[in-house]
Amino acid sequence: MAGAGGGGCPAGGNDLQWCFSQVKGAVDEDVAEADVISTVEFSHSGDLLATGDKGGRVVIFQREQENKSRPHSRGEYNVYSTFQSHEPEFDYLKSLEIEEKINKIRWLPQQGAARFLLSTNDKTIKLWKISERDKRAEGYNLKDEDGRLRDPLRITALRVPILKPMDLMVEASPRRVFANAHTYHINSISVNSDHETYLSADDLRINLWHLEITDRSFNIVDIKPANMEELTEVITAAEFHPHQCNVLVYSSSKGTIRLCDMRSSALCDRHSKFFEEPEDPSSRSFFSEIISSVSDVKFSHSGRYMMTRDYLSVKVWDLNMESRPVETHQVHEYLRSKLCSLYENDCIFDKFECCWNGSDSAIMTGSYNNFFRMFDRTTWRDVTLEASRENSKPRASLKPRRVCAGGKRKKDEVSVDSLDFSKKILHTAWHPVENIIAVAATNNLYIFQDKAN
Amino acid sequence: MFARGLKRKCAEDEEASPAYSLQRQSLLDMSLVKLQLCHMLVEPNLCRSVLIANTVRQIQEEMTQDGSWCVPVPQTAGRASRDRLVSTEILCRSAREGARPAPDPGDPASELQVVPAAQAPGVPPGGVWDGDGPRENRGSFHKSLDQIFETLESQSPGAVEELFSDVDGSYYDLDAVLTGMVGGAKSGQDGLEAFASTAAPPPSAGCKSDLGELDHVVEILVET
Repeated sequence: MAGAGGGGCPAGGNDLQWCFSQVKGAVDEDVAEADVISTVEFSHSGDLLATGDKGGRVVIFQREQENKSRPHSRGEYNVYSTFQSHEPEFDYLKSLEIEEKINKIRWLPQQGAARFLLSTNDKTIKLWKISERDKRAEGYNLKDEDGRLRDPLRITALRVPILKPMDLMVEASPRRVFANAHTYHINSISVNSDHETYLSADDLRINLWHLEITDRSFNIVDIKPANMEELTEVITAAEFHPHQCNVLVYSSSKGTIRLCDMRSSALCDRHSKFFEEPEDPSSRSFFSEIISSVSDVKFSHSGRYMMTRDYLSVKVWDLNMESRPVETHQVHEYLRSKLCSLYENDCIFDKFECCWNGSDSAIMTGSYNNFFRMFDRTTWRDVTLEASRENSKPRASLKPRRVCAGGKRKKDEVSVDSLDFSKKILHTAWHPVENIIAVAATNNLYIFQDKAN
Repeated sequence: MFARGLKRKCAEDEEASPAYSLQRQSLLDMSLVKLQLCHMLVEPNLCRSVLIANTVRQIQEEMTQDGSWCVPVPQTAGRASRDRLVSTEILCRSAREGARPAPDPGDPASELQVVPAAQAPGVPPGGVWDGDGPRENRGSFHKSLDQIFETLESQSPGAVEELFSDVDGSYYDLDAVLTGMVGGAKSGQDGLEAFASTAAPPPSAGCKSDLGELDHVVEILVET
């Protein structure tokens, strides 16, 4: 069941009052392409928040410890580490550039003091270790404080170096590079619940890796037809089950989701379950297939449900029922009459992501005009909010927004024709435990929190 | 431009309405242009290409089923619908009529106000969405449609060559279109061989059998 939150997690997204907390990124109207955020991900504990951008950089924010003297001020996220994860490359065989854009970041569960994350561009996945250094050794025998070697003949006494505190330094170092396993563009990575393996998926194949081994990966799904001219369907997203390490799902451009069990065979070309909603013949159009293409698939934290995002809606599926979703939430149904124009300007191919809250009682996804939508699964209420600089006063409550689909526009409503389709929110993330959300609006990262606390 | 997304007529409707046919035709043209206008700097998005190609196929299948262009044509009872489809003259008439709604830069904008946000200078040219320009793109779209329609006016056998003359022949290999570059889906050696074969002159009768589905659509466009 979509239970109300247990423990410290309040239920739902709508009984809450969402407030502006922070915004990161340049204010300029002139957005540099490289600064466009392409992925956002909280760590498993929520204390770290990572973003990747089109320029191949990763920026990690850390939540400050709460300040007892200002009990109303929640822990803020400040920059913890910034590093260049991927560089642009050139494929000489095909004479094509390989973009450095970070497609996905996934955190590994924390096992020691250091933090690990996987970041990927179209072709190469990298494992990064982020570690803190707050001490340094002083009093070496063989070298001076400034690093110059001392003449060994002049050393008359030995001393033991001592550790002295220094300003905190956060270092990111690439520990593994997983390359040359994908002919097509990587769209997903997912860490397995065994914490030892992970999958990477491109348009036609899914590979399984061991985190320690970079020169080998196992191909577990391959949908490439023998004759490429027969290609009519591609893989759009893939994810491992959060608890069952042998189970994964992948979605397709035809709006289907396949669940595979790696125990059944080495090559998971035959699915164990096949999820597809029958098409509604009355709304069939030439754009039906395109808008049914699944842009994101996410398991619930419980592992009992999964959520898919297609162009106009978000669907929640019960893993035990393949015939249709248990819930369908309309994101921006008013766009249905505009599909031809959206096809012409390519917006119809935008890939929106979606996410669950910690208790699986609410889901969130983005839309256009810097709007994003939240759906409460228990109360069945939904709300549209906006990420904008105008609503950026500290702790200012976000006002629900409304889009007028046609007819007379009420005060405060935005008409469909005045929506800004260049302001799209494709990437959002929800803190794993608390009601804190991160919303990427082009080159700005907005952080909102609920007022209740 | 369109009041609603194009809807397929129900099966009882033998003759699709002229307006519907025009809309369908311009959607087909738009789709073909989209397939052609690939980023050649970066590998094109395979998912997008596949979805567009599937849309083209759907339109083409429906057109084949309808078997009519809804243009006043001398009744050709006894002629197979396929022949009608490949007749250039008929296509030109409907195409010219169909040309009006689609290439007009002003029209689509009125329906949907796409405000080009200030975009970075480093965007690759010809980028359909993240390029700035819905305006720029419509301009080039306009030009491409015109080019296509102009060449279709001449019914000479050379029409095929003219249409493709300034376009790499490899565009019309669906494989190449989908993977952006001929060698994309193949191993190194195959890639080079395939590359060499598409460096050959634009599709002639001998190459027709190699071009597959997209070729079928191309056949519809030009007299072969």
